[in-house]
Amino acid sequence: MRIFDPHIHMTSRTTDDYQAMYDAGVRALVEPSFWLGQPRTSPASFFDYFDALLGWEPFRAAQYGIAHHCTLALNPKEANDPRCVPVLDALPRYLVKDSVVAVGEIGYDSMTPAEDTALAAQLQLAADHELPALVHTPHRDKLAGLHRTLDVIRESHLSPERVLLDHLNETTVKDALDSGCWAGFSIYPDTKMDEDRMIAILRIHGTERILVNSAADWGRSDPLKTRKVGDAMLAAGFGDDDVDQVLWRNPVAFYGQSGRLQLGVAAPDPLHEGNSILRGGE
Amino acid sequence: MPMSPTNPPLLTRKELDAQLGGAARAWLDEALAEAEHSAAHQDTEQPGGPYAAPSWELRYAAAGRYCGLEHADSVRALLLIEARAALPALTRLYEQGTAAERHAVLLTLHRLDLGPTALPLVEDALRTNDTRLVAAAVGPYGAAHLDPHNWRHAILKCLFTGVPVDAVDGLARRARGDAELARMLGDFAAERIAAGRSVPTDLTRVLELTTPGAAAPTEES
Ligand SMILES: [Zn+2]
Repeated sequence: MRIFDPHIHMTSRTTDDYQAMYDAGVRALVEPSFWLGQPRTSPASFFDYFDALLGWEPFRAAQYGIAHHCTLALNPKEANDPRCVPVLDALPRYLVKDSVVAVGEIGYDSMTPAEDTALAAQLQLAADHELPALVHTPHRDKLAGLHRTLDVIRESHLSPERVLLDHLNETTVKDALDSGCWAGFSIYPDTKMDEDRMIAILRIHGTERILVNSAADWGRSDPLKTRKVGDAMLAAGFGDDDVDQVLWRNPVAFYGQSGRLQLGVAAPDPLHEGNSILRGGE
Repeated sequence: MPMSPTNPPLLTRKELDAQLGGAARAWLDEALAEAEHSAAHQDTEQPGGPYAAPSWELRYAAAGRYCGLEHADSVRALLLIEARAALPALTRLYEQGTAAERHAVLLTLHRLDLGPTALPLVEDALRTNDTRLVAAAVGPYGAAHLDPHNWRHAILKCLFTGVPVDAVDGLARRARGDAELARMLGDFAAERIAAGRSVPTDLTRVLELTTPGAAAPTEES
């Protein structure tokens, strides 16, 4: 089973996770820039984070045979902090980087006017840079949030097939798919979605334009949830081709719209003793 | 950028022209013209706003997508040379660059007229654990300008992180007769032996090069 996790925050994960993901079949992933748990206080803090997503993190991933790409943006939560908003002016410089395959995560958190402005501005940045957009749907007041998100997308220069709506569930999947956008589902240990509910959604809505991710980060989450969905699909009677479509071909097709996916990663180096991830001091 | 932490030779303009398709060649022509224009107007044209970038710097980032990732280092090096990139631009490109963009800056430093002023970039690269950056930092510019203390630590860093010492420019010349490097290598070897671990073959090789009468290399790199 080849797996592409289209949404996972590897800066918060360990090398054990990379190894377990490789063993489970993960060969590619996209790491969206997001909130770190601890609020940032300046654009410079974003720049260091973007640099990690463009430098150190792909290096770590490659040592485990996994292709690493990222999406960059001012996230919805911090769009409300005037100390962070100037990062929008610096984004054009980062969106030209080779491994940036979308603008994201953008979208709504509390549905404030500041979030309206940041979402519209960043959808425009995506259109200007010929990039797709990864749009997070809010955790609170999700259905109303989805509708407001769809309104802003319709007013933007980005066509729906270049938008991935994420963190969907039973109440939002239909409207999301009807809009022409791609539909993403984050499978968590105990909130958002689980494997069985995902199977039920796939039975009703099919496997087209649907992506599954672990969204694993610094919170309680599981980087192997993609594999668990694949296993659950097979157990539920879906075929290998269905699994491959959801876990590989769909994310490749969506992010491939950037023209920047590089899926051939050199096999892990046989560097063992010298492996610099061993902190360069062992 | 190749994962292998050695530095393949950069291609010249002529060699690139022979390998690139028509669209890529046209892109390169335009990019080099923009870089040259920027060099000619270095004092008069400042980018607007703190985050704005001259167009050739955006081309620098996109080089691999237009000319092939395998040619990205060569194209970026040509752009830096054509733009006669000065320290502020180099620092900006390095600090705001991906690992691949930083790599190309490091590989080109010795071909720009910088004296030792770009050493902070090399020192930054040597603080990372990214083997591609460490390998590029011990190239000709580092060999020419790193002071003895930092140069010795760069050698140890290569041994620690598994960067082949073949990547170290001027290794034999700088190592010859370096008693302090010999001591550091001996201590490192002793530490490995005490831990029941093998001594890297590259360590033994560099240690041999430190003897004062070590044979002069046939090919000075
Ligand atoms: Zn996320």
